[in-house]
Order: sequence, then structure tokens, then C-alpha cells
Amino acid sequence: MTAIVVFIDQINASGTLHSTSQQLLTLARSAGEAVVVVAGPVSEDLAAELGVHGVARVLHSEQSELADFLIAPKADLVAQVAASVSASAVLLENSPAGKEIAARVGVALNAGVITDAVTVENQGGALLAHKSVLAGSYMVQAQATSAVTVISVKSHSVEARAAAQTVVPVVERIEVTFGPASLGARIIRRTSRTASGRPELEDARIVVAGGRGLDGDFGPVEELADVLGAAVGASRAATDAGWISHAAQVGQTGKKVSPQLYISVGISGAIQQKAGMQTSKVIVAVNKDSESPVFEIADFGIVGDLFKVLPQAVEEIKRRRS
Amino acid sequence: MENAALNIVVLVKYVPDTQFDRHLTGENHRLDRNESILSELDEYALEAALAITDDRGGAKAGNFVTALTLGPASAVAAVKKSLQIGATSGVHVSDEALAGSDAWSTSLALAAAVRTLGPVDLIITGMSSTDGETSLVPTQLAARLGLPAITFASSLELDGTTVTARRDGDDVSEDIQATLPVLVSVTDQANEPRYPNFKGILAAKKKKITTLSLADIGLSADAVGHIGSLTRVDSAAERPARTAGTIITDAGDAGIQLVDFLAAQKLI
Ligand SMILES: Cc1cc2nc3c(=O)[nH]c(=O)nc-3n(C[C@H](O)[C@H](O)[C@H](O)COP(=O)(O)OP(=O)(O)OC[C@H]3O[C@@H](n4cnc5c(N)ncnc54)[C@H](O)[C@@H]3O)c2cc1C
Ligand SMILES: Nc1ncnc2c1ncn2[C@@H]1O[C@H](COP(=O)(O)O)[C@@H](O)[C@H]1O
Repeated sequence: MTAIVVFIDQINASGTLHSTSQQLLTLARSAGEAVVVVAGPVSEDLAAELGVHGVARVLHSEQSELADFLIAPKADLVAQVAASVSASAVLLENSPAGKEIAARVGVALNAGVITDAVTVENQGGALLAHKSVLAGSYMVQAQATSAVTVISVKSHSVEARAAAQTVVPVVERIEVTFGPASLGARIIRRTSRTASGRPELEDARIVVAGGRGLDGDFGPVEELADVLGAAVGASRAATDAGWISHAAQVGQTGKKVSPQLYISVGISGAIQQKAGMQTSKVIVAVNKDSESPVFEIADFGIVGDLFKVLPQAVEEIKRRRS
Repeated sequence: MENAALNIVVLVKYVPDTQFDRHLTGENHRLDRNESILSELDEYALEAALAITDDRGGAKAGNFVTALTLGPASAVAAVKKSLQIGATSGVHVSDEALAGSDAWSTSLALAAAVRTLGPVDLIITGMSSTDGETSLVPTQLAARLGLPAITFASSLELDGTTVTARRDGDDVSEDIQATLPVLVSVTDQANEPRYPNFKGILAAKKKKITTLSLADIGLSADAVGHIGSLTRVDSAAERPARTAGTIITDAGDAGIQLVDFLAAQKLI
């Protein structure tokens, strides 16, 4: 059976399997034999979880370069393993790091790279990726024409499933050679931010996003998000103003989300904002200006003051639940 | 020690204006390139280059900022705009055979073009193109040229030959350091791009634009374009445009109506 390499980053990680990695393993299993490459240690918990996902073979490196330099050494690791197991495909998560590894593996292995895949299907051994392009205005099906296919896959491409049979993976520690240029960009400092405890934007079923209309106070948006179990997003105007972390920005230069429900609050709906949210299933907009472009794409729009509408909605949800 | 003059290459892509509807056409599902402009995200790359060279006495002190584009004949407009904004010279890689190039062959051709420019200290690119949006080209170019890369820099500084940049991730920010030569892709957080002024527009007319064919950069037609690319688009379907739904004006109970709507949609 053909080997499908899945990369899992355990540098500064929890020692367990992230839900996106579980999805990649489910995908890999549908197309061949998943061979897992890990940057960093393989904890007992991780090995056990990989076994549940049917992974028989794990190769990992704990070389310090993987942590000390930006992404390139991880790409060297993935490319060398993929070559050594004659992989027909490499699957990565669609994060900036995942895409950069994809890019580099593409050059190293003369492989076509497809990013931002929303689903991947196996058609007689060929992996067909579906992705949304031009800010959600088209869906395309694309594939690599090279011997090796590299795809970075967005979360929720498949429902993660355990394998029919749990296996005990063989974990092999390896050392790889890093290209000279891979050791050129050194990480000199890491500053962690405290987690909000809310769902991750790209994973969330519901996103409540706030814009300049919040005038510095994200309270109403956070309260609505919390009663809905939603992630909090923002327009660039709100992140630029420093009201919320840049990581919350939705749009062309922020996160591209397509949740079941996107509630846009005090956001005008500029083209760059729409580029990150218009593939959401249902869009609700609250804005006091009836001329705001966001109303052109809203399934349900409220022309009104967010400081009145949101607290009332929060109270109503709590009332119905009690 | 005096800082040596710099040779900086900025990648600028000519892309369909995102303000208009964009379409895929033809059997290979290529992008219709009418109504195109210099990619707004590459303006941040150009600004980063100009800010660095301004600090070192600009063009007068021998610093070079070359705007490099790869695209059809019309793409020279992206170079011209860059010259108006302040780049010192332009290079336009253009050849029929390049049509339909994916990131793999675009980076191959861009690497070959950069090699014709002599020793380069710094390559600066946008964080992604606004049409392809893969963010693959910068790293692939760096890999081909054997340069270290710092991607998604939200700030960029050069001190002597040391580049320091910041990258903002979801739960961690990283400060990165590298020594020239290096490739950096910058985000829209990196700076505030300048506009061309009247003087710049006049000065641009005298600046040199070099056009390079595939032969000039030593590549054969089958290495690039639709034939050389390693990916292909099999099919494309336009999504029906979103239409407006129910719009209500708050008469005091809009919050409750919102909850009714969510309940009816089974979202709560
Ligand atoms: C290169 C580039 C990239 C960009 N990338 C992004 C991106 O990724 N994401 C993004 O969002 N933007 C992006 N932008 C910025 C974008 O163009 C807009 O400027 C931005 O989205 C505006 O944010 P906003 O809607 O919050 O602010 P505004 O446009 O100022 O809108 C605020 C809205 O709030 C409403 N409002 C005010 N008070 C209230 C109230 N009390 N109750 C209800 N409504 C109220 C107003 O009617 C108005 O419609 C980018 C721009 C550029 C040039
Ligand atoms: N054809 C091109 N000509 C010049 N620069 C390009 C081209 N394609 C990509 N780039 C550069 O690479 C960046 C990322 O593009 P992409 O990989 O297409 O998302 C852009 O912001 C440009 O700076």
C-alpha cells in the first residue's frame, strides 16, 4: 500500500493529538498507509492515540534545530522522510507553518502543492482536492500531476474516525540533515499569549465578530459568544485599534472562516472582511447603518444599535434555557 | 562601520482588482485578468524595502530597489506603479509560455530571473497574492535560491547585515533573526504603504524597465506554464452569489427576533 505522510508538530505542544491531525490521519487512511512524521518527542499518550488511528509507523526527530529555527528544518525532516518511504502524498494542516512546509516539500520533491483544501477525495489513488478560490466565489477541484502530491488541508475536511483496528505503532527516532539555508532564520524569542478559553476561530461552529462599531468594548460580543459557545472574531479596524488580538482578525489578511453561523456586529462589510467570512452557512448582521454592505450578504440583518440588540439577545437566550 | 549600499528585489504581482467580480475562464480555468492592478499586499513589501533604503540614504547612496514581476504584457503596469512609488528600476518576466504557471513553475522562473540580477541582499514579497492566495511562491523562491526565509513578518528591521522580524501566530509571537542575504514576506501589519506623488510619477518615466523572456533567463518552455506546472485545475464551479435575506429595523425587540431566527434555523 502506498505511504501517505502526515506531519505532526510536537515542538512546544501538548503531547496529544490535535483534532486537525486526527482528521488528516483519517484522510490518509482512506488513501493509503499513514506514515507519521513528528517534530519533537512522541509521548506515550501520543503514540497510543496514533495507534487508535491505525498508524503503524512513526518517525520522529528531536534535533534541537527543529525548535531553534523557523519552519525550514521541519520541512527538511518531512521531505527526507517522505522520500525515504517513497510516499505518494504528504498531508499537512493548513496553518502558515503547514503551508510553508508544503511549499518547501514541493520544491524538494518536485511535487505539486495544493493549499487550502476543504475536502480531499481519493479517486483510484489520485488525491483530488476541493478548494474555494477568489474569496469564495468559486469552488475548484485540483490535483497534482507529479509523482508526489502535497496538500495542506483545512480543518473539518472529514470527520475524524478511529481505525477499525487499533495498532501499536513502531516509533523510530531519526536524525536528518538540514540544508544550510534552513539554519538561517533563528528564533530569538517566543512570547506566548494567554488563551481565551473560547473555541479556535477556524474550528468553531459559530463565530461572533465585532468591528469598529464596538468602540473599544468587546464585552457585548464576548457575552453573546459565550452563551452560544462561539469563537470571537474581529474586523481589521478592531484589531488595528488594539481592542483585541490580531489573531482574531477575520478577512483577506486574517482568518478565513466558514462556520455554520457568523454573527457580524458593528462591521461595515468591506470587501477584505467579506473575503474571510462569506462562505459561512448562515450570516447574521447587526449594524446601525442600513446602507452597510454587510446587509447585501446577510441572511438575517438587524438595523439597530448593537449595545441594545446584543444584551437583549443574550438575556433572551438565557431566559429560554432556564 | 558604514552600511554598504543594498540591492533589494521586491516581488510585485499584477492581479485582478478584488473590488470587482473575478472570473475563471477557458478550459484550463484561468483567471480573467481584466481590471488588474498592483496587488495591494505587495505595496507593503515595496514600502518595507523603501523604508530600509531611505534609512541608508536612498538611491543617491547607491541603494537599489528592483520591482520584479512575472506576468502577461499588461503586468508591466505593476512595475510602473512600483517605480512611481519609489522603486529604482523594474524587471518584467514575460513570455507566452509562462501562462498558466502554478507556484512551482512561477518560483522556478522568478528564481532564474533573480539570478540575472547579480548578488541580491534582500528579497521582499507580499504575504500572499490576492488572486492565487497560496503564500507558496515566497518560500519556494527562497528554497530555490538557497536563501533563508522569514515569512509573514509583521515587522522588519535591518541593522548592518542583521535582519530582525516579528511573526505573530495564534498563541505565540516569535522574534526572528537572520543575516543577509535573506527573503522576507511581510504582512499588512508591517507598515503603512506610501502613495506615488507627482514627483515620483514624473521620475518614474526615466527609470529603466528590463523585459526578460524565457530564453533570457535560460529556461525552456516546457519547464513552466501549463505544461511545466505540477498542479492542474480539473473543474471550477461558480458559487451562486449571496443574496440579502430578511432585514429588520430594531423597534425594541430585535434581540428577541434574533433569537427567534437562530432557533428557527436550529442554530441554538
Ligand atoms: C490590504 C488590506 C487588507 C485588509 N484586510 C482586512 C481583513 O482581513 N479583515 C478586515 O475586516 N478588514 C480588512 N481590511 C480593512 C477593510 O478594508 C475595512 O477597513 C475594515 O474591515 C473596516 O472594519 P469595520 O467594518 O469594523 O469598520 P467600519 O468600516 O468603520 O465600520 C464600522 C461599522 O459599525 C457600525 N456601527 C457603529 N456603531 C454601531 C452601533 N452602536 N451599533 C451597530 N453598528 C454600529 C457602522 O455603521 C459601520 O458600518 C483590509 C484593508 C486592506 C487595505
Ligand atoms: N507572478 C508573480 N510576479 C511577481 N511576484 C509574485 C508573483 N506571484 C507571486 N508573487 C509574490 O509572492 C507573493 C505570494 O504570492 P502567492 O504565493 O501567489 O500567494 C506575492 O505577494 C508576490 O510578492
